[in-house]
Amino acid sequence: MSKKILATTSLAGCFGCHMSFLDIDERILELIELVEFNKSPIDDIKTFTKECDIGLIEGGCCNSENIEVLKEFRKHCKILVSVGECAIMGGLPALRNGISIKECLEEAYLNGPTVGENTEKIMPNDPELPMLLDKVYPCHEIVKIDYFLPGCAPRADLIWNALVALVTGNELELPYEVVKFD
Amino acid sequence: MKKAEKITFKIDEKTCYAWPGQSIVDAARDNGIYIPSLCHVEGLKPAGSCRICNVTVNGRNMTACTAPVGEGMVVENDTPELNELRKTIVEVLFVSGNHFCPSCEKSGNCELQAVAYRYQMMVPQFPYEFPVKGVDARPDLILHDRNRCIMCKRCVRGIEKDGKAVFSFEGRGGEHLQISMDIDLASQLSEEEAFEAMEICPVGAILKKERGFAIPIGERKFDKAPIGSEIENSVEQD
Ligand code: SF4
Ligand code: SF4
Ligand code: FES
Repeated sequence: MSKKILATTSLAGCFGCHMSFLDIDERILELIELVEFNKSPIDDIKTFTKECDIGLIEGGCCNSENIEVLKEFRKHCKILVSVGECAIMGGLPALRNGISIKECLEEAYLNGPTVGENTEKIMPNDPELPMLLDKVYPCHEIVKIDYFLPGCAPRADLIWNALVALVTGNELELPYEVVKFD
Repeated sequence: MKKAEKITFKIDEKTCYAWPGQSIVDAARDNGIYIPSLCHVEGLKPAGSCRICNVTVNGRNMTACTAPVGEGMVVENDTPELNELRKTIVEVLFVSGNHFCPSCEKSGNCELQAVAYRYQMMVPQFPYEFPVKGVDARPDLILHDRNRCIMCKRCVRGIEKDGKAVFSFEGRGGEHLQISMDIDLASQLSEEEAFEAMEICPVGAILKKERGFAIPIGERKFDKAPIGSEIENSVEQD
């Protein structure tokens, strides 16, 4: 059987979901028998070089770059999976959703208790920087997402069971302890 | 009392017994059958507001926490249709509030979350509203986070200080409905009363301060077994 091709990315996430993925421990040896990685922080391939079977998305969309990457994943992956609370519902970054961007930026760069010297009152303004969105969006509100793996981070067993099910076509096992929202 | 004085009815093929006047939810529990409930707590006047306890009797859906058992009644409970409906209700509750479980002190002990686990909600099918609701942390011992309130009114019915209701339901008649806290009464709650207030709220909308994350992950109420399994595992006693 030819290997399935897997891509992963972290959008507005903390890499915790990727860390949890690595918590599959020695099963990673089985994994590389099952899949070949393409664009992913795991192998550091930065641009898609092949069409992929499965894309794992960590994090929601908080800026224009997240949207661009997510759309690219949708284009190049047959199956997209939202991995973790941030991809599914915005997660902790979405705590800002009730606050205006102006207020957030002023708190971060001008008024917050941890702001040091900023006498010129500069806010990040390099044109290279992606634009912040009005709020943080769950991935499935931007593109179609095929499957969802909740958790913060999702348990390694959940990620493993889901990947094996997707690769082999067998039914996904969902023991009670593996599906949690925290 | 003997079985003879109870009335006989059926839930999903199982013969059950109830006291006259007992609600379907309470009778089901006594017979080892779980019907999900959020706004209902034994001992408080039923409110019938969350509708998660929907069951089908004679082809009609009704809330099992308000409907009394009738002799010979045939109740459908654990059916794919009802379970799907319950999951949908949970999804609506999740998107209409701000449920950031990873940062919520109630996580693992929360009944809403537990019902979502039980019905395997992986993602709500509706768009998230991200409403802006207030947090009131003025009392010394408790805080009230309306972002997580599911309007079950358990607090309105169950939390009193010297015979006076600490929480009330505001905004009847078209205005934005919400629960409001009487700040003076809430500030007078004792340690024990504050703890009870937190326990009455099914979600993390009423929290006792300096109490969060007291129980490690893995040992919380709903970490290992689904909500309702304690009822299903209870041995039927007469
Ligand atoms: S109240 Fe329950 S469902 Fe809401 S955030 Fe807290 S743990 Fe999650
Ligand atoms: S504060 Fe808690 S107990 Fe009161 S209505 Fe809201 S969810 Fe129910
Ligand atoms: S538990 Fe019956 S309506 Fe809420």
